[in-house]
Amino acid sequence: MPSQVITANRLTDGRVVWLTADSVWDEDVNRAAVADDKASVEAALAKSNPAVSELNVVEPYAVEVEVTGGRIVPKSLRERIRAEGPTIAGAYAGERPAAARNADIRPQIA
Amino acid sequence: MYRYDEFDQQFVQARVDQFRDQVQRRMAGELTEEQFRPLRLMNGVYLQLHAYMLRIAIPYGTLNSHQLRTLAAIGRKYDRGFGHFTTRQNLQFNWPALKDIPDILTELAAVEMHAIQTSGNCIRNVTADQFAGAAADEIADPRPYAEILRQWSSLHPEFSFLPRKFKVAISGAAHDRAAIRVHDIGLQIVRDEAGRIGFEVFIGGGLGRTPFTAWHLRDFLPEEDLLAYCEAILRVYNLYGRRDNKYKARIKILMHEAGLETVREQVEEEFERIRDGALKLPHGDIERIAAYFAPPVFETLPAESAAQAAAEAADPAFRAWVRANVHPHKQPGYASVTVSLKPVGGIPGDATSEQMEAVADLADRHAFGEIRVSHVQNLILAHVRRDALKAVYDGLVAADLATANVGLASDIIACPGLDYCSLANARSIPVAQRISERLGAPDRQAEIGPLQIKISGCINACGHHHVGHIGILGVDRKGEEFYQLTLGGSADETASIGDITGRGFSTAEVVDAIETVVDTYIARRQSADETFLEAYRRLGLQPFKEALYGAA
Ligand code: SF4
Repeated sequence: MPSQVITANRLTDGRVVWLTADSVWDEDVNRAAVADDKASVEAALAKSNPAVSELNVVEPYAVEVEVTGGRIVPKSLRERIRAEGPTIAGAYAGERPAAARNADIRPQIA
Repeated sequence: MYRYDEFDQQFVQARVDQFRDQVQRRMAGELTEEQFRPLRLMNGVYLQLHAYMLRIAIPYGTLNSHQLRTLAAIGRKYDRGFGHFTTRQNLQFNWPALKDIPDILTELAAVEMHAIQTSGNCIRNVTADQFAGAAADEIADPRPYAEILRQWSSLHPEFSFLPRKFKVAISGAAHDRAAIRVHDIGLQIVRDEAGRIGFEVFIGGGLGRTPFTAWHLRDFLPEEDLLAYCEAILRVYNLYGRRDNKYKARIKILMHEAGLETVREQVEEEFERIRDGALKLPHGDIERIAAYFAPPVFETLPAESAAQAAAEAADPAFRAWVRANVHPHKQPGYASVTVSLKPVGGIPGDATSEQMEAVADLADRHAFGEIRVSHVQNLILAHVRRDALKAVYDGLVAADLATANVGLASDIIACPGLDYCSLANARSIPVAQRISERLGAPDRQAEIGPLQIKISGCINACGHHHVGHIGILGVDRKGEEFYQLTLGGSADETASIGDITGRGFSTAEVVDAIETVVDTYIARRQSADETFLEAYRRLGLQPFKEALYGAA
């Protein structure tokens, strides 16, 4: 079975988050817990279910990934873009204006 | 422009208060996502790939400078310092936090704005010609009618749960700049022999999975019957439109399946029943609304401006900008200015907060404080003295907003695509950026002439690709982005759906493919005066197909 991680969007601000081994939602895909078999994916999904957990996220689901050189890379382009941010080069889309309130936004890839 | 009356202000404020409570309950865990989703969508809040997205209505694309400054301030305070103007003449913020949205809506309500009916199966924001009230070729200003339709359709209880969303567009000139033939209802203002104002009515246009240009429903609808007739159409649609399959639920499918004659008969029957009832528009009511859109007090000026001519002679860049971005005005000595939001290599439709403020300042100084948004994702200063064009241009240069490309190859419509949109199959913005870099040099654009390139990241067609002279549709092929081309589409009074060229092109190939199409046109056109669209209509698909795929 391809390796999988659990992802969702955080309820308060919609940011992309990944479920870690400590059952914490983290913004960095590289800290996600990688599940290699069906049972652990199901266990992780069960833990992440907002109906039973205290974790404030929207609609968690599993994503196929490849682990290469210690980095976790989602297989689909959509999920890579979710993990790394918009791919738009230059422009302010990836910048963090000093005045912006969203101090928790990670820098975007170019 | 229209000002909220007491009723408007109350209902917008009540909605904000209600939504604040709903957000609080959602955050407290009292509402599940399933329960909350329809509530947030009713307030324009989507959840996209990276964040929530807030879509704010700009009725018929008209804003005052105060409102634009408020949008700029919201962008700075709650977003990343920019906003995205859409093909629906709306504004989207791509990064607001849910917890901040009630505050954002409060700030919007203070300047008579909201996000109601920017989502859901209801009557959406009514769109109109961006040169309304200004264009030299206009029969009448469409905005009073758009405003009447807005008031009628806002929170209309009978039409809050239609089979699918419903879009109305209105044009005041015979030359259609509002793409009325690809809307559910398209209204064309006309005069009858007696000189009375009325509407030619189109129905069932739409893009998406199954694109259709509209059917012609009626030659002349007297203005006093506008609401009764629209209500009759909506009733017929509400009753017979399909609810079993969301891909077959738009009114275009009803038109396609039931046929024009059947639908017309039903509409006319319902119309006859209600036309003399409460929806009849007394002339006084139309005049009362029209007064809000009374033209500003123009100076009496000569048609030509010596100052403009002198500046053009001295500055070739200004001259090029005037050629591309300045539009004739009905009042001598005035012009309309299009502020291009399509810098070469930039993101179509995006404006930073600083740019919005710069445009608001220029509007205050030179354009009666009024701004328009076009469905082509540009901004417009509708009434500018020709004597002031150079000052406006200089202000736009300072704000990085003086790209001289309106209607040219780099004036590309692009939807957010896979960089933001959760429904996307492929990216749109990077493709637009690369095409504009390839074709956007001033000489190259001038050589190509009028050309509309439109890009959608999925079949929902928010980027209007079907009606692009060159349309680009992003598709997913086994996990890879591919781009299908359509040629010969048009959104104006000669509306047509583009023809698919054949197999799609990879990300690496697509820009070359566009250039091949452009070069084929240049090689085959009869003269530089024959536009791409004219040449395509004369030549057909074949020569372009051969150039793209080789002679089969
Ligand atoms: S066309 Fe598709 S990808 Fe583009 S904005 Fe619309 S839904 Fe999203």
